[in-house]
Amino acid sequence: MTFDWHIFWQALFSQSFVHGAELTIAVAVISQAVAVVLGLAVAVMRRSALPPLRWFAAGYVWLFRAIPTLLQLLFVWNALPQLIPSLKNPWFTPFLAACVALSLNETAYMAEIARAGLAAVDRGQILAGKTLGLSGPQVFRLIVLPQTIRVIIPPTGNEFITLLKLTSLASVISLRELLTVTEQTIAVNFRFAELYSAAAVWYLAIVSVFMILQSQVEKRYQWASGTRRVRPGVVARVQAIGALNR
Amino acid sequence: MSESRNGNPIVAASGIVKHYGHLEVLRDVSLAVGRGQVKVIVGPSGSGKSTLLRCLALLEPIDQGSIALDGEEVAWQARRGQGGPRERQLVAHRSEMCMVFQHFNLFPHMTALENVMVGPLHVRKVAKEQARRDAEALLARVRLADRADHYPHELSGGQQQRVAIARALALRPKVMLFDEPTSALDPELVREVVDVMEELARDGMTMIVVSHEMRFAQEAADSIIMMADGQVIEEAPPDQFFTNPQHERTQQFLQLVKT
Repeated sequence: MTFDWHIFWQALFSQSFVHGAELTIAVAVISQAVAVVLGLAVAVMRRSALPPLRWFAAGYVWLFRAIPTLLQLLFVWNALPQLIPSLKNPWFTPFLAACVALSLNETAYMAEIARAGLAAVDRGQILAGKTLGLSGPQVFRLIVLPQTIRVIIPPTGNEFITLLKLTSLASVISLRELLTVTEQTIAVNFRFAELYSAAAVWYLAIVSVFMILQSQVEKRYQWASGTRRVRPGVVARVQAIGALNR
Repeated sequence: MSESRNGNPIVAASGIVKHYGHLEVLRDVSLAVGRGQVKVIVGPSGSGKSTLLRCLALLEPIDQGSIALDGEEVAWQARRGQGGPRERQLVAHRSEMCMVFQHFNLFPHMTALENVMVGPLHVRKVAKEQARRDAEALLARVRLADRADHYPHELSGGQQQRVAIARALALRPKVMLFDEPTSALDPELVREVVDVMEELARDGMTMIVVSHEMRFAQEAADSIIMMADGQVIEEAPPDQFFTNPQHERTQQFLQLVKT
């Protein structure tokens, strides 16, 4: 049996694959966005002067990093509705459950990344902000946060790619994301090579697009007075060469 | 050299005590600075100069004593039932006694101009266009008009420190505090910063300067304060301080600085 390109192309752009990819992207983007915000909050609590906040933050990171992500997904989807009856309603979809579980899980990892990012900001920056008369929240928003974001972009990109692939775990709670769709289609036509390849191409495409987005964001945080700036040294050298040739 | 001025001191610290754990860094330090005066604080490392400056800048709480700014008490020890000064009050007063740091501490994600605009924009609530015009004027005053759009890492140490001075000036503080402003600079860059500071002194800015830049002390200071072991041990006008120091520790210190 050879690789049937027709089946590959058909699967690649089939409605179910496109929809699966949409779900995968949606779950990953939503969970990552929530985790960035909550992770920063947990990291800030970790540095709080109030011991209970520090304990809560440390406990959160411990709990959600120790328990397997798969177990967290199963817990949110199957166990939570037993504990909270209102979650038995139809609005609590696999999509929502996946977003909740992966957000909570990813928050723990982002909290550690944000902790490193906050620690990377020089204490002198905070003193400088304070001496100008900025309030604590202003110092955080105007001075600490931008410098933290710059540091945490690359590891956050890593996390996002991991998360994107972790969404495939949500097949256990019957979310029809990319890999679930692939398996379901294979169950009908048994074309493993073609359909796995189609799924792989989707993951490659999604990750590539986000890598480009990431480099765009990184450029915004380069803090240079002109991205296409020609260094004076180069100009001088070019002029010197020109003078020699004359 | 500026003449001594009378009237109430603009900054008055009395009986300041500061501990770090069991270590007593400041032991009953008092000091009064009149409007437009320039005081230079010298002393061996570990004598408490920088800590005193940070206490005056309201960046460190004090354990005993009080600090008054323009006649108003702005910092005091936490008293039973009353507590220390509230953070909100400290924030309000900090911009009146703005500090310039040894390592400049410019904000790396902002251009020189934006660094200078931060205070007026977010503390004084000046309109953006006005803040920009003022910041441009201040950068011109420290001779950096052509560097307004550069980020700190694109500037030399001397340029960065001049931006930092402009950033503090932008708040129109009543007092400026300098914590060893030239000691992180390459020797050839010291002069450009000292020049700016001397200009400020001539323009009547009240300054408290921790520095070992003896030329600045000689030319701009109204008086020089010698600190050792967390105490002020001598205060004298520059002429007297350099030619006829009274205290043995001062004599020793001047010997070390000269060689």
